[in-house]
Amino acid sequence: MKGLMQNNLAMMVLFSIVVLSAPIWANPIGANYPDLLQKFAIFGIFAIGYNLLFGLTGYLSFGHATFLGVGSYTAVWSFKLLSMNIIPAILLAIIVSGIFALIIGFLSLRRSGIYFSILTLAFAQMAYSLAYSVLTPITNGETGLQLTQQDPRYLDVLAGVVVEDGLPSTNLFGMLMKANGGYSGFYFAALILILSFYISLKIFRSPFGLKLKAIKSNQTRMKYTGFNTKPYLLTAFVISGMYAGLAGGLLASIDPLAGAERMQWTASGEVVLMTILGGSGTLVGPLLGAGVIKYFENIFSALNQAELIEVFSFMPEFLQNILVFICTPFVGEGWHLTLGAIFMLVVIFLPGGIIEGLQRVSGYIRRLVGFDKEQVNKESKEERA
Amino acid sequence: MTHILNITGVNKTFGGLHALSDVNLQIEKGETHAIIGPNGAGKSTLLNCCIGRLAPDSGSVTFNGKNMIGMEPHNINHAGMVRVFQTPEIFPELSLLDNVMIPALAKRDGVFKFNPFRSMIFEHKIRDEAMSTLADFSLDQYYDQHAGSISRGDKRRLELAMGLVQHPTLLLLDEPTAGMARHDTNRTIELLKSEKMQSMTKVIIEHDMHVVFSLADRISVLARGHIIATGTPEEIKNSPQVKEAYLGESDNE
Repeated sequence: MKGLMQNNLAMMVLFSIVVLSAPIWANPIGANYPDLLQKFAIFGIFAIGYNLLFGLTGYLSFGHATFLGVGSYTAVWSFKLLSMNIIPAILLAIIVSGIFALIIGFLSLRRSGIYFSILTLAFAQMAYSLAYSVLTPITNGETGLQLTQQDPRYLDVLAGVVVEDGLPSTNLFGMLMKANGGYSGFYFAALILILSFYISLKIFRSPFGLKLKAIKSNQTRMKYTGFNTKPYLLTAFVISGMYAGLAGGLLASIDPLAGAERMQWTASGEVVLMTILGGSGTLVGPLLGAGVIKYFENIFSALNQAELIEVFSFMPEFLQNILVFICTPFVGEGWHLTLGAIFMLVVIFLPGGIIEGLQRVSGYIRRLVGFDKEQVNKESKEERA
Repeated sequence: MTHILNITGVNKTFGGLHALSDVNLQIEKGETHAIIGPNGAGKSTLLNCCIGRLAPDSGSVTFNGKNMIGMEPHNINHAGMVRVFQTPEIFPELSLLDNVMIPALAKRDGVFKFNPFRSMIFEHKIRDEAMSTLADFSLDQYYDQHAGSISRGDKRRLELAMGLVQHPTLLLLDEPTAGMARHDTNRTIELLKSEKMQSMTKVIIEHDMHVVFSLADRISVLARGHIIATGTPEEIKNSPQVKEAYLGESDNE
C-alpha cells in the first residue's frame, strides 16, 4: 500500500475516483447535496493551498482569508465587467490574489514565528476593514458585491450573448454552473480540486518541496548550506495565496456574491483549524480536515432537539431524556462546541491530526492480522508435528 | 604558496570583553590548519567572523581575494567556504539521505531555484552522490531514518558528510570530534586524512591534541583573543609562549 502511494499515477487515480464518486459515498452520511459537496471541494482547495505554506515551511499565516476574499471580489468584478464565463473570472482571481500575496508576503516574511503570524493577521484585518467600509465603491461594503442587470459585461456583449429577464447565471462556455441541480458546479469544482491536488503532490515530491521542508526543520542551517531562504518562503506564500484566490473565485463562480465577511479573521482561523485537524504537512490531511469541518458546520448545525429525540428513540425513555439533555447543547447553534471538543481531542491525542489517527488504526489492524497469521502458522505446524 | 583565506587585523568586542584583538591569520591553499587555544580564547568567534554569523568591529576577511565581511551566509557558502558546526546543525525531521541531498542540491541549484515539477525520485545523480557520501561515513545503512533519531556521534559524522558533499574549497571544522568515542574519533581522523579530502583546505578548531597533531600541517595558538604563535606542530610543541598559555602562570608562581 505504501509503495502504491509513492506512485503519483496510482495516487492520482485513487484520489480522482474518491472525489468524483463523492455523490455516492456522501449519501449514507447525509451529505449528498451539491451545495455541501461544492463546499467540500472548494474549501479542500483552500486547505491544500494553505498546507503548502504552513505544512511545508511551518510559517503560520493568520491572514489567508484575505486572498479568498480578494479572489471572490475579483471574480464577481469579472462577471460584472467582462463575461459570465467562469474561466476569465477564475484566472483573474488567481492572478490578483497572487499579487496581493506577493505584497503581503514580502512585508510579513521580514519576520518569522509569532511576529509573522501577527503581521499577516494585521494585514488581514486591514483588508477586511477596507472591504467593509473604506472601499465601498469597489466592494459594496456591508451589502456585498452583487450582479445587476445593468452590468456592462463587455465580452458577453461582444460575443452577442443576450440576457433575458432576471440576472444572468455563471457558466462554463454555456454550461450553467447551477445546471443538473448544482451537480455541474460540483463536478467543475471537483476537477479543479483534482488538478490542485496534483500540483500540490508534485510540489511535495520535488526538490523545491524538500527544501521547504528543510526550512521548516532548521532554517539557520539552510542559510549556511547555501540557500537564500527568503525567496523560497515568498514563493510558497504566493502559491498558497493563489490557491486561496482560486477557492474564492470558485465560491463566486457557484454563487456570484462577494462579501467582506469572507475575509474576516474567523475565516482565516478556519483554514488553520482544517489543516491542523486533518494533519498539517501531509498530502491529504488538510482535505480531510476541510471535509470534517464543513460537514459539522452543515450537518450538526442543522440538527435540533426533535431530531435528537428521534436518534435516541430506541432507548428507554429515562436514558433517552438524559442523552438528549447532554447532547442538545452540542448540536444546532452549538455545533462550534462539538468542533472545539474534537479539535482539542485531536491536538492533545493525535498531534499529527486525523491522518495520524488513520495511520495508527491501520498499523494496529496490520499488527493484529500479522499476529493472527503467526498464530495460524504455529498451530498448523503443531498439528503436523 | 597562495593564501586562500586572509584574516587581517580583526577585532571583536562583546561589551567590555575583547574576544578578538588584532588577529592576523593566513591560511594557505591545500593545508590543514588547526587553531587551538584554551576555553574562551575566541576560537569560535573567529570562525563566526569568517562565516558571516558575526561582523567584526574592524579588520578584514578575504577569501580567494574576495571580501567576506557583510556577505550573506548563503553567498559565503557558494564562494566555497563551508562550515561544520560544533553542535550538530542538521534537519532532525528529515531522513539522513535528505539531509545530505539538500547540500548537494544547494551546490547544483544555487541560492534559489524554483523547480516544483521536477521529481525527487528522478534526481538519481544527487541521490547517488549523497548515498556514496553517507557510505564514506558508514551511515548508509540508516539512510531512511530520521536524522533526529541517531546517536550524537552519528549526527556529528552526518554534519561532516553534509559539509563534504558540497566539495568546498575551504572547510571550517568546529571541534569535529567533540563528544565522540575514541574509535569514532580515529575514524574521523582517517576520513579527514583520506585521499578524497587531502586536497581540500581545512581549518580545524580542536581541543583534542591527538586529533590536532595527527592532522595539522600548521597550528595557530589563540589565547585571550590574540594569536600568540603560528607554526608547524614541532615548533608549537616547543614554543615557550604556548607552554605558558596552556600551563597558565605556573612558571611565575
